[in-house]
Amino acid sequence: MRLSRRQFFQAASGALAFASLPHVLRRAGIASEDPIKVGNILDRTGILNIYSLKQIQATAMAVDEINAAGGLLGRPLELVFYDSQSDGQYNSQYVTEALVKDKCVVVHGGITSSSREVMRPIVNRFKGLLFYNSLYEGGVCDRRHVSTGMVPAQQLEPLFDYVVNELGGKRTYILAADYNYGHITSKWMQKFTRDNGGEDLAVEFFPLDVTNFQPAISRIQAAKPDVVMSALVGGAHIAFYRQFEASIGKDNMMLASGSYGVGLEHTQLSPEEGNGIILATSFVDDLDTAEAKDFVSRFHAYTGDTGYVGEYGEYGERGVKVWAEAVRQAGDASSDAVIEALASGNVSVVGAGGQYTVDGQTNHTTMDIHIVRGNMTQTFDVIRSFSQRPPLDTQQVCDLHANPDDKTQYEVEVE
Amino acid sequence: MVHGILAMQHPSERPKWWWWVFVAGLAAFFITMPFHLEIFVILEMSRFFGMAMLALSMGFLWGFSGILSFGQTAFFGLGGYGFTVLALNTGETTGSVFFAVALGAAGAGILGYFMIYGRISEIYLSVITLVFTLILEKGIRATSGDQYVIGKVRLNGQNGIPTVPQLDVPWNTSVQLDINWFFWVGAVVMILVYIGLRLLLTTPFGRVLVGIRENERRTELLGYDTRRYKLGAFMLAGGVAGLGGAFYAISIPLAHPEMFSLGRAADVIMWVLVGGKGTLIGPIAGVFAIEHFKGWLGTQGVGQVTLVLGAVLILFVLVFQRGLVPSIGSLPGLWQDRAAIGRRLGEAAAQARRPVRRRGQARRGSGA
Amino acid sequence: MDQVANYLFQIGFSFSIFILISLGLAVIFGMMRVINLAQGEFLMLGAYFCTLCTNAGINLWLSFILSALAVGVFGVIVERLVIQWLYGRIIDTLLATWGLSLLLVGGVTTIFGPQTESVAAPLGNVQVGAFGFPVYGLVMMAIAVALLVAVYAFWRFTRYGLIVRGTMQNPTISAALGVNRSLVYMLTFAFGSALTGLAGAVLAPIVGAYPTLGIVYIAKAFITVITGGHLPLIGTVSASGLFSTIDGIVATVSSSVIGEMTVLFVAIILLRLLPLGITGRMTRGV
Repeated sequence: MRLSRRQFFQAASGALAFASLPHVLRRAGIASEDPIKVGNILDRTGILNIYSLKQIQATAMAVDEINAAGGLLGRPLELVFYDSQSDGQYNSQYVTEALVKDKCVVVHGGITSSSREVMRPIVNRFKGLLFYNSLYEGGVCDRRHVSTGMVPAQQLEPLFDYVVNELGGKRTYILAADYNYGHITSKWMQKFTRDNGGEDLAVEFFPLDVTNFQPAISRIQAAKPDVVMSALVGGAHIAFYRQFEASIGKDNMMLASGSYGVGLEHTQLSPEEGNGIILATSFVDDLDTAEAKDFVSRFHAYTGDTGYVGEYGEYGERGVKVWAEAVRQAGDASSDAVIEALASGNVSVVGAGGQYTVDGQTNHTTMDIHIVRGNMTQTFDVIRSFSQRPPLDTQQVCDLHANPDDKTQYEVEVE
Repeated sequence: MVHGILAMQHPSERPKWWWWVFVAGLAAFFITMPFHLEIFVILEMSRFFGMAMLALSMGFLWGFSGILSFGQTAFFGLGGYGFTVLALNTGETTGSVFFAVALGAAGAGILGYFMIYGRISEIYLSVITLVFTLILEKGIRATSGDQYVIGKVRLNGQNGIPTVPQLDVPWNTSVQLDINWFFWVGAVVMILVYIGLRLLLTTPFGRVLVGIRENERRTELLGYDTRRYKLGAFMLAGGVAGLGGAFYAISIPLAHPEMFSLGRAADVIMWVLVGGKGTLIGPIAGVFAIEHFKGWLGTQGVGQVTLVLGAVLILFVLVFQRGLVPSIGSLPGLWQDRAAIGRRLGEAAAQARRPVRRRGQARRGSGA
Repeated sequence: MDQVANYLFQIGFSFSIFILISLGLAVIFGMMRVINLAQGEFLMLGAYFCTLCTNAGINLWLSFILSALAVGVFGVIVERLVIQWLYGRIIDTLLATWGLSLLLVGGVTTIFGPQTESVAAPLGNVQVGAFGFPVYGLVMMAIAVALLVAVYAFWRFTRYGLIVRGTMQNPTISAALGVNRSLVYMLTFAFGSALTGLAGAVLAPIVGAYPTLGIVYIAKAFITVITGGHLPLIGTVSASGLFSTIDGIVATVSSSVIGEMTVLFVAIILLRLLPLGITGRMTRGV
């Protein structure tokens, strides 16, 4: 029995994105010789796959749509998918395989900072190009790396302005995942608290497998902050939101986050548990724009899955769209030509979350940011939007025009 | 002869001429690989050498001295981190590789002293070694903060250290080995470890170890201080695992907490069991077969890799109980090595006569 | 005053988690000597059944019982298909159940997807001084203690308990006395599985249900049962009591990582001092 693509997606739920099927190419009437190879390395299995599955599908959708519209530079795209199984070893192995064996001109992928940091040296060694489509702690300065996700100055600055100044959350208590992202993000959180005249009472870190937050909650109750700021990550940490509601409750204390929602936490918690959590994001399905609605309906039609797509799903399409625009401007799909085109700062597309423009100085992306709040229907209410926020933090430390050979990830210093 | 090559020969016997031919063939096979294979295959194989050394350490310890250390990954990880930290601080790699070996052996020495001289029973030893590696994993994962620095190297917690230096030439540290040379060095070191462990088994030390595996009390009554021998074997295996860790970290290149993890610890057991316990070539074969299979699965779009892997594992236990190498090896052996059959029959008879085993005692391999 | 209540709650909560995750293992590993590395996945299945039941509109408490039954039946299937061929072959069991564990994680991810399925924690909270405690946490402690008492009474005072204990101690003799050994093994495995399934269901409102849930608990459960020693129930209770006290206090004073690491260190030192576990010298009891 041959499954149609959609049936297959439904059957496999985890969905796989493979190279465009022949019938799509035929319909588009383009020759399937000499395809442009695009690698996609994400975690379909393992503990991090809550962030990856929608992104894998959205990446495949974006590639198929480009092919259906005639390909890039008259050539079809061929998507090669690698399952990095939530283990850094496979990120290393597959990025090498993608660049050396499969000759992919670009690799989209990596979710965690650790997976990105494993792949970056290898991408540099074999002179490839990495599109890292994920929000992260900022500061990576590397011309072979393009970030299409949010960095703290884009995301957290407006969030803290809103929570600390407007809602009066002067005393903050910060909880973060115990790895690079959490540590650096927590420093930004401390900085933005102080910049807004607030006081950061404590910072606590939790390994990714912690599910018992009762001791931490008792410390929070003893410290009595106005707001708890979370940079918690992953399936196990969802337990925090549940236990917070069961022992303190958002009626008594505000809860805001930079990472909530990206793993679709709000669809997994009960309405009461998710109601009232405040966050800043570059995309939610509930945005009231034609682009957002169009993206969500295309995604639903493509996958046959009508669930919430979320920011990490949208990143998949965003990455491919931005890259494809750079290829068009370069007139050449090779990694080095695309890097040249990106450096111009003119690569800009309109995607589901608004305008995305790659900043040539840092290879980071300027985008719209929205402050949203969880509601009782397990979705978000958009409270306000900020247009075209540049990646200021990374711009302060990184200038690829002046130092094209820079490979450093810079870190913020909080006094 | 095939039978013998596949290490069905009794381990305490001196290897015959054809074993040397086999090893030479193996070496020639690896050394010629870079000339006719794609660079990608070379990179993939380079990654296996470090794991193969880890598998060898486990195969030696478990298969020949009967110590089931569930936490060889502890010394593997120590080696990887030890190498990385020292090499990044000193800018020199040869000494750092030796340091990795020493660190693995020292770690095993300290832990082993407590366990072996404490006469902890087998199953508890397995669990303590597992707990040890999990503690190290938790500890290393908790070093994400910027206060955790050794010399000028930040430990980086969960992320690991991705700046592991490539091996350089011992007499000129400014020259780094390229991909092919690293492959050759890895292959040669792995084969040397294999030869070394194989020959060690023919020495009095090795024979006593096998004696301990078969019956520790009896060996002790013969006047051997079995604790010294066991600790020696444990430290040796720790050193080999440390060496493997260094090569693994260089090949990825990354020293990361997953080196200590429960998943990796179980991988080691899988390599040895699938390859064949009670042999030394089996664990190596197990690494190449399983790791290649896992890597291949990840690109095949089969859905959940773990689903397939799990099914394969269960199948292996229920069908090929003795592992790949011995199962293949015993086919020709059926008519070639009558002596072995006789020996096996003898063992079976002995086993039948043996009184009911106390529950909880690990079944020991027959050491074919 | 409220600080004391806080410590008591943390210790009690930690204790109930230790008991819940290791009680099933105490039966399967402690009594039957089956190293079941898929134990964590049994827990995960229990949590999933619980979410399925509550999503279907079934009352939460009834869902617990249904989950226990479902995982018990699953245990029977596993025992018949895999485990029964492997009694006495400890290492093979370990490998096969590791395979089963991978298979279940992969299978559940394929069916339900990777995200956390949730059950709303019922009952709200009680306020003691500055601290609010979830009432459900208190219920969990009650369930843990009730389970312990029930299991102890079952082994100690019923005819079935006697038969099972006898069979585990000496299968040959009980077979000679007319006991259907294979059936006893199967039912005991199913019983252990059902306990684990129940534990998973009870934990679901706290941690949710997700495919890799079991991995978090498996090492802790084994360490608890092994540190307990050869009397599975008494051993598990005493080890749980010790570990949860340490964990509850250390985690509240410093952080959960330090709490967990302290527990692991104590386990190693304890096994060095008492190589046969806490109950190593005891001769009577379950």
